[in-house]
Amino acid sequence: MLRDITIGQHFPGDSLVHRFDPRLKLVLTILYIVLLFAASNPLGLALSILFLAVMYKVAKIPLKMIGRSLKPILPIVLFTAVLNLFFVTGQGEPLFQFWILEIYPEGVRYAILMSVRVMALIAGTSLLTYTTSPIVLTDAIEALLRPLGKLHFPVHELAMMMSIALRFIPTLIEETDKIMNAQKARGAMLDTGKLTERVKALVPVLIPLFISAFRRADELAMAMECRCYKGGEGRTRLKVLRCTRQDYISLAVCLVCFGGILASRLLFPNF
Amino acid sequence: MASIIKVENLSYVYNPGMPGATTALENVSFEVEEGDFVGIIGSTGSGKSTLISHMNGLNRPTSGKIYIDGRDIWADPAKIREFRFMVGLVFQYPEYQLFEETCYKDIAFGPKNMGLDEKEIDRRVHEAARFVGLSEELLQRSPFELSGGQKRRVAVAGVMAMEPRILVLDEPAAGLDPEGRDTILSQVKEYHKKTGTTVLLVSHSMEDIARYANKVLVMAERKLAMYDTVERVFDRAPELLELGLSVPQVTKIFLKLREMGIDLPTDVYTIPYAVKTILEAKARRDAGENLTLPRRTVGENKKGGEA
Repeated sequence: MLRDITIGQHFPGDSLVHRFDPRLKLVLTILYIVLLFAASNPLGLALSILFLAVMYKVAKIPLKMIGRSLKPILPIVLFTAVLNLFFVTGQGEPLFQFWILEIYPEGVRYAILMSVRVMALIAGTSLLTYTTSPIVLTDAIEALLRPLGKLHFPVHELAMMMSIALRFIPTLIEETDKIMNAQKARGAMLDTGKLTERVKALVPVLIPLFISAFRRADELAMAMECRCYKGGEGRTRLKVLRCTRQDYISLAVCLVCFGGILASRLLFPNF
Repeated sequence: MASIIKVENLSYVYNPGMPGATTALENVSFEVEEGDFVGIIGSTGSGKSTLISHMNGLNRPTSGKIYIDGRDIWADPAKIREFRFMVGLVFQYPEYQLFEETCYKDIAFGPKNMGLDEKEIDRRVHEAARFVGLSEELLQRSPFELSGGQKRRVAVAGVMAMEPRILVLDEPAAGLDPEGRDTILSQVKEYHKKTGTTVLLVSHSMEDIARYANKVLVMAERKLAMYDTVERVFDRAPELLELGLSVPQVTKIFLKLREMGIDLPTDVYTIPYAVKTILEAKARRDAGENLTLPRRTVGENKKGGEA
């Protein structure tokens, strides 16, 4: 059950997408999200999804993984779809009318477009986390936020906290799994029973989990101090991010694709 | 005697059908008789821990069957809890699962989940606490104030209090000092003797296995490599060494002495027995018997220093 959480799960590989400079990858992902909303006609959306499918292919990430990352947000998708379905009104005749509920053809159109867009958004951002290890990703965030450091914004500290948090997610999941098993072995009912009972049953899991999280934090802080960690100032890196020619070519190709998708909206406004 | 645990062609795959699919157990079959004390050994990653978490249905076999007391535990998944109470499982570093305000309450957690009445719970808590040597005063303290070894004993008592018919312990002595090790293991042995509970003990220490178990199950590379009495398993020392395992230190000495040509038995696994054997050999020599093995002639008086 707990192992199904895929957010932040990294799939090591050596594809073009994997090797792409993380800073550019991050920027492109943000652009892609913007694109999904800017090119909101069916044709633009279809092309954006096609682009994403090609990227997954290039990255050699099994398409099954998209399904896994979409599963947890399914309720949100359904919710948006239902809202759009009932609340978007159009001119013309409603397709369906019952009491105060009315469904217009526009509503159906928006419901479909909206849910497809949200799913593409999740699939797109998942590609980023699948192909970029969390540590590299925080490096990229730190690099992109560096200008804010001039305003005394603690960029390095923030990035360090993020890497530590990301690094410990799998560890804590594993720990939770272990503790749950131990309590289940003593007859705790964690997956059956009423909601209130289940919440109560979580106490034997949460207390040991918190204690071990604090213990770990303590040990980590001690280990960092032992290695003379003192924050970002004057700190050098083992791996310095550098854009290669290949990165610029990939960037250009992606930008051209994005531009093409955006242009398709202007060229074929009726689709 | 009827076998209390029967494992048939058990296989288990982590994340089946995923890129990270790994086989953890392959076709494991064995039977344990009621009242046995079985030591489980194997190098890291050989599948020991996965195997024992199948015993009370925390993992569901990918294929194969597990019978506890003659009943297939997965015949009715809704009844799996019954087997959790029948097979008490103590995990590695169990002290990290303590959560209650007092040790008493923590030990009572298992029995309480069984739906027992207050009086019975009270009896069980005190009995379990006695087995692991926790004083009345400690029972009222918070488990977080105790030392590592004491915490460990509280956790073990928490499982013993469920009075399972089978007690499974995954390296109960890991990370304890030598005294703590001996204490907890001899308490488990004592519990085994007094209650007749079947015990499965995972350990890396051949000395501990030799001292406490009467049967040994050897896991190697996800498969069952050997399952026999202690004597017969340690008799296959070369094979064990090949599997990256070892035999007790004292057995190594006797094997070496034998190699050097001294007529001594090699089925010696514990220190007290070793002392006895050497003294016997000394007596034989003093009586004028020649202890040198034929064919080779190497100094015999070396072993004199051992005793």
